[in-house]
Amino acid sequence: MNGMDTLDIDLHLQRPAFALQVQLRLPTQGVTVLWGASGCGKTTLLRCLAGLEHADGHVHLQGIALQDDARGIFMPAWQRRVGLVFQEASLFGHLDVRGNLNYGLRRLPAQAQGTARLALDRAIEVLGIGGLLHRRTGTLSGGERQRVAIARALAMQPRLLLLDEPLAALDAARKREVLPWLNALRQHLQLPVVYVTHAPDEVAHLADTLVVLEQGRVRASGPVQAVLASVDVPVHLGDDVGALVTGTVCGGDAQWGLTRLSLPGLDAESGAALWVQGLSEAQASPVRLRILARDVSVTLTRAQDTSIQNHLPCTIEQIAASADPQQALLRLQAGDTRLLARLTTRAVHQLQLQPGQSVWAQIKAVSLVR
Amino acid sequence: MSDALFTADFAATAWPAIALTLRLAAVTTVLLLLVGTPLAWWLARTPSRWREGAGALVTLPLVLPPSVLGFYMLVLMGPHGPLGQLTQALGWGPLSFTFTGLVMGSIVYSLPFAVQPLRAAFTEMGPRPIEVALTLGASPLNAFVTVALPQARHALLSAAVLSFAHTLGEFGMVLMIGGNIPGQTRVLSTLIYGHVEAMEYAQAHVLAAGMAVFAFVALLALAWLQGRQNSSRS
Repeated sequence: MNGMDTLDIDLHLQRPAFALQVQLRLPTQGVTVLWGASGCGKTTLLRCLAGLEHADGHVHLQGIALQDDARGIFMPAWQRRVGLVFQEASLFGHLDVRGNLNYGLRRLPAQAQGTARLALDRAIEVLGIGGLLHRRTGTLSGGERQRVAIARALAMQPRLLLLDEPLAALDAARKREVLPWLNALRQHLQLPVVYVTHAPDEVAHLADTLVVLEQGRVRASGPVQAVLASVDVPVHLGDDVGALVTGTVCGGDAQWGLTRLSLPGLDAESGAALWVQGLSEAQASPVRLRILARDVSVTLTRAQDTSIQNHLPCTIEQIAASADPQQALLRLQAGDTRLLARLTTRAVHQLQLQPGQSVWAQIKAVSLVR
Repeated sequence: MSDALFTADFAATAWPAIALTLRLAAVTTVLLLLVGTPLAWWLARTPSRWREGAGALVTLPLVLPPSVLGFYMLVLMGPHGPLGQLTQALGWGPLSFTFTGLVMGSIVYSLPFAVQPLRAAFTEMGPRPIEVALTLGASPLNAFVTVALPQARHALLSAAVLSFAHTLGEFGMVLMIGGNIPGQTRVLSTLIYGHVEAMEYAQAHVLAAGMAVFAFVALLALAWLQGRQNSSRS
């Protein structure tokens, strides 16, 4: 990585009762989720990237200096072409939906507007807002407003799209309405996205890269599967620690309503696959699953007489003590997939578990991310 | 009474005064919106410690007797005042007892009526709409003109109507800096005063009632327009 395909951030900000100190090198492929409790500095960091606030340091996006204090560069927000979607959609009430969507587009250089128009049409289609174009913004639902705000930001062809808890102001039903649109967008977008949230399900759905912020500092960052499978810095997504697993639909059992998922690096035909209930995805589609550490147990040989359906051959990578001395957290490698297992220290001792040892993981429950 | 009312004499004094009053109010309103809008924006946005002081200064004409304002404006603009000396040095002569002087006085006199509604609207709007416009590629000035102003359109209308109506009724200030020169500084309020002094109550009645009705209709129209816009907005 020479800086041409990364977002390099080095920012420091001292406020009364709050300090931000962040150094990050993020990939510009896919969605980076900034995750943390409220007040941890997520929103401030996002505003600094947008150019709405000025912290000390530098921000380089794919080799372009958005800010570089050492060289006296601070590109103002309106010249950055960095889209920002706020928690409340903040649509312009004096314009209709079409007027809102065109606001940024009209401010592009004339020769860029043709391409932007095509991109906007695509965004309108992907976000499903084609029927709203002539509506007044006051008549839209919360979910519709947020989708319009996202399309409006995309219409000015941003170099980077920032989303600041775009679903936080929506109730659960509206949120379920918007999340699939965001997911669809994630698969179509060719630009880097930084997404701020403190909602576990949004991390599980959208994150490719995960950055965990705590009191203005980076506590963990990296590919989402790796960060969530870390036992040194366990990351709780709300309920418990757990791994995020991506599987591919590779068959099913119609009689019992089960779908079989293969995992990368494991031979599904030999039985090393996951069985999941109630899935309607087509053959070969990718599916994200959350497997909580407390739902994974370990056997030395493959258990034959058990009700548990899912068994995966694994290698123990690491055994870490947890805050509770009665419990240990294990990181397991199953093919290319990482799992976490929470066992009692007594069980670890009795089975004489060691890093490097081959074992079987028994998975009691998987939850689909949807 | 009715004989005196419709004499050519009455018309000859009333029409120029009406025309002058309307011209004064119109010019003042336009200039006030040009000056008051950025001022109100600054008052609503600045973190400066001078803000409250400046805000109080802008509000001052609301509570001061117009004669006090007029007195200081006269001192300022008269042949020996700093502004008067400047205009004389530029070859324009002193501003007191001129239409330009009246306009300047009216701007100060009606300033709070233009600034207050705009300041309230800009404060309520908050920084968010401008921030959105900036991230969409609008320059700060462009964002102000294309987002802040249209969103504050009700307040702009209020500011214009109130400034206009308030300037129409200006009296003490006019008397101080303008005197009562027909065609130059004699406005409706001073004309009415003249009629009352001369015991011409009938003429005073016609003009006074006309002004009262106009002010009432202006405020009613404003309330109606804003009520309609509020209901269509949400």
